[in-house]
Amino acid sequence: MKTINPGRRRFLVTSAAAGGGLAIGLPLTASSQGKAAEAGAEVNIWVVVKPDDTCVIRIARSEMGQGTRTGLAQLVAEELECDWKKVTTESITAGRNLASKRAWGEMGTGGSRGIRISQDYVRRGGAVARIMLVQAAANRWNVPASELTVADGVITHAPSKRRTTYGKVAADAAKLTPPDEKTIKLKDPRSWKVAGKPLKRLDTAEKLDGRQKYAIDLQFPGMLNAAIRQSPVFGGKLVSFDNAAIAKRPGVRGAVQVDDHTVAVVADTWWHAKTALDALPVVWDEGEGATQSSAKIAEHLASGLSAPNAYAGRSEGDALKAIEGAAKRVEAVYSTPFLAHATMEPMNCTARVTADRAEAWVPSQNAEASLAALSEVAGIPIAQCEVYRPDLGGGFGRRGGSQDYTRQAAAIAKQFPGVHVKLIWSREEDQAQDFYRPISQCKLSAGIDESGKLVGLHVRVSGQSINAFLNAAMVADGKDRRQLQGMWAEPGDAQLGYTVPNLLVEYAMRNTHVPVGPWRGVNTNQNGVYIECFIEECARAAGVDSLEFRRALMQKHPKHLAVLNAAAEKAGWGKPLPAGVHRGIAQFMGYGSYSAAVAEVSMVGGKVKVQRMVLALDCGHAVNPHQIAAQVEGSVAYGLSATFHGEMTVEAGRMRELNFHNYPILRLAEMPKVETVIVPSYDFWGGVGEPTICVVAPSVMNAVYAATGRPVRSLPMKNLGLI
Amino acid sequence: MAKLNINGKAREVAVEDDTPLLWVLREQVGLTGTKYGCGVAQCGACSVHLNGQVVRSCSIPVGSLKPSDRVVTIEGLSRNASHVVQKAWAEVDVPQCGYCQSGQIMAAAALLSKNKKPTDADIDAAMTNICRCGTYQRIRAAVHRAAEMLAKAVA
Repeated sequence: MKTINPGRRRFLVTSAAAGGGLAIGLPLTASSQGKAAEAGAEVNIWVVVKPDDTCVIRIARSEMGQGTRTGLAQLVAEELECDWKKVTTESITAGRNLASKRAWGEMGTGGSRGIRISQDYVRRGGAVARIMLVQAAANRWNVPASELTVADGVITHAPSKRRTTYGKVAADAAKLTPPDEKTIKLKDPRSWKVAGKPLKRLDTAEKLDGRQKYAIDLQFPGMLNAAIRQSPVFGGKLVSFDNAAIAKRPGVRGAVQVDDHTVAVVADTWWHAKTALDALPVVWDEGEGATQSSAKIAEHLASGLSAPNAYAGRSEGDALKAIEGAAKRVEAVYSTPFLAHATMEPMNCTARVTADRAEAWVPSQNAEASLAALSEVAGIPIAQCEVYRPDLGGGFGRRGGSQDYTRQAAAIAKQFPGVHVKLIWSREEDQAQDFYRPISQCKLSAGIDESGKLVGLHVRVSGQSINAFLNAAMVADGKDRRQLQGMWAEPGDAQLGYTVPNLLVEYAMRNTHVPVGPWRGVNTNQNGVYIECFIEECARAAGVDSLEFRRALMQKHPKHLAVLNAAAEKAGWGKPLPAGVHRGIAQFMGYGSYSAAVAEVSMVGGKVKVQRMVLALDCGHAVNPHQIAAQVEGSVAYGLSATFHGEMTVEAGRMRELNFHNYPILRLAEMPKVETVIVPSYDFWGGVGEPTICVVAPSVMNAVYAATGRPVRSLPMKNLGLI
Repeated sequence: MAKLNINGKAREVAVEDDTPLLWVLREQVGLTGTKYGCGVAQCGACSVHLNGQVVRSCSIPVGSLKPSDRVVTIEGLSRNASHVVQKAWAEVDVPQCGYCQSGQIMAAAALLSKNKKPTDADIDAAMTNICRCGTYQRIRAAVHRAAEMLAKAVA
């Protein structure tokens, strides 16, 4: 591991927070970068070098804790050959990217794409800057560039024993014509010196003493604050509200209509706005949704398990016949609930709208979508809008394309021209108005022959579709393969790791009035549970060891198998366990990466205690093993929260779990020891933030099965008396 | 009007007595390192020290505080992030998104002020703040590391 002098790091991080590294003539961002200090030379769009050799690396993706800033900077720095200790970063704004014809590529940060989709062009960006810097030194010394070597930002001409640094040649380099980046040969990852190393994050110091400014922390002179309430019943409308009832409350400027289902109270402070909103009489037209309940939704989903018409995402051989004629048949129905994201920083957005300009400060996973939403609602041409994106207090898929809170902030700010208005959702609003992980049920049937082999498998998923919520026309025929994520035949992204001679995988779309969206791991979460817990049932029915049963089905899927074997080996699968400890295993694929887990569980007074989890991951290239391990650990916490506690239920059309007292989140005492095994195969680029979550629940459920002798077929476990 | 002692400084703030300390810190005093997470003392993102005890500032009406009560926020925990907990947090590289970490650090500092060598069970009992990114394993390691640093400093 590369060691870093903490004193030096501290200085650089502090200076990154305090000052710019912004190229001359470019607009400042209003984020934590603050005002520009010493100027630097923009060698290319990715790299600005200051006279003191500081390399400012530009980052387009959103940092929400997943470490993309550090990982992307490592990739640029690797090709740049700069001194990692002198690296700082700068976030690009959406308006600047748009004005530059999206020179920095897409900014959307979801689907675990930050590194894997950007890696090629950011590495080329670093390489182009290096070539220009070296050429500038060659020109100065009047020698061929091929005679120069470079390391840690120091350029050396050995024959004449001359040395210079990036900071000294950057201004000249910036004037050169860049080489064609397509002609550049990137480094072999096996020779990486900065990328691939378990470096510490670049953005930790600000998070230790309260300096880090999230969007919710921003203050502007004369700023007003807004608290908001949307129809608690999804699909309901705002009828009226009684502004007079709150007019005399301290600091209140008034209640305003935001859109057809939303009211906000604007006040001098958020506390005044929030308490006035609580006192505001509001009349809703709750609409048809008010008749809905979790029980009705469950019935609706159950109808899809046996309905004649379903979309056959995969049909190989004749599964129904094979199962019918098998020596042994296994059948089970599973179910998983709606889940809220519960980012620790609630939804918020600060907006300012004038006659000819609109700006927003927003924690967004998709700053370009925020910009479009701002422009549309403010009614200001997009070129006259700007979105600043402070780092996010969690994302997990909640803050992507929908940008509901940005729209609301713009609609409110429009009614207070020229004034910054900060909208903050209460935790209760955040829980009540999410885009939830879709609810589903799954019926599985299998046939096992006399030798214990799986000869037929029928999977019928019934549940809500994210695509249908986003754009019903897109999947009007019910053919929504996204809901079958992780069970696909095609290699490379979310392929089922088993070969079953007779396989039928179906999806019956059953939508509800509840808004749904991507939730860390998306459909691999529940599909991982369905497949991996049912495979466990099949293994037990066949009387075959859980690992061996899977291995027999995975011979044509070497990457899946290698990861499963890595997890099993590290966990000591098959070796004796302490009395009362039981193991469960699972493997699944999503976001271009392969995951497997072994969980060790004990039952204490009938309650589940997860002692240890070993997770293996092949994400192709491992850009920062230390941060990958952090993401794996995080996926265990997020996944176990859902496994143990997570459930949003519907009563009278609205959500019932509105704060952490009845939507409990995993706490430290429940966190098992997590061991991460990274199995990089260096022949593809896979995601990291999401992939491993899909094996967390099933491995634990299978361990509980081993412990109790009873399969766990529905989540969360709190409903089964297991927590 | 409330008279407060925050990070060693006397402050007067013009707010209603029932305003939670959290919102006084954030909106009146401008100390935004203390975070809003739930408003009902569940998550601990708003943790501060009150007379040396860790408390959840979202649920403390400012009118219940006396001018002599000492409130310490993350900004006042140490100079230059020199508290042993902050140093351990940096060494272990604990934070992901970081939003809950002010509260986690305040909770850990309070634990170590009473218990110089906490066991895992002590940490389980004291560290009840929610972290949605799931940094718990590193929080546990960092609390142990901070205890080691404390022991060395004393030795």
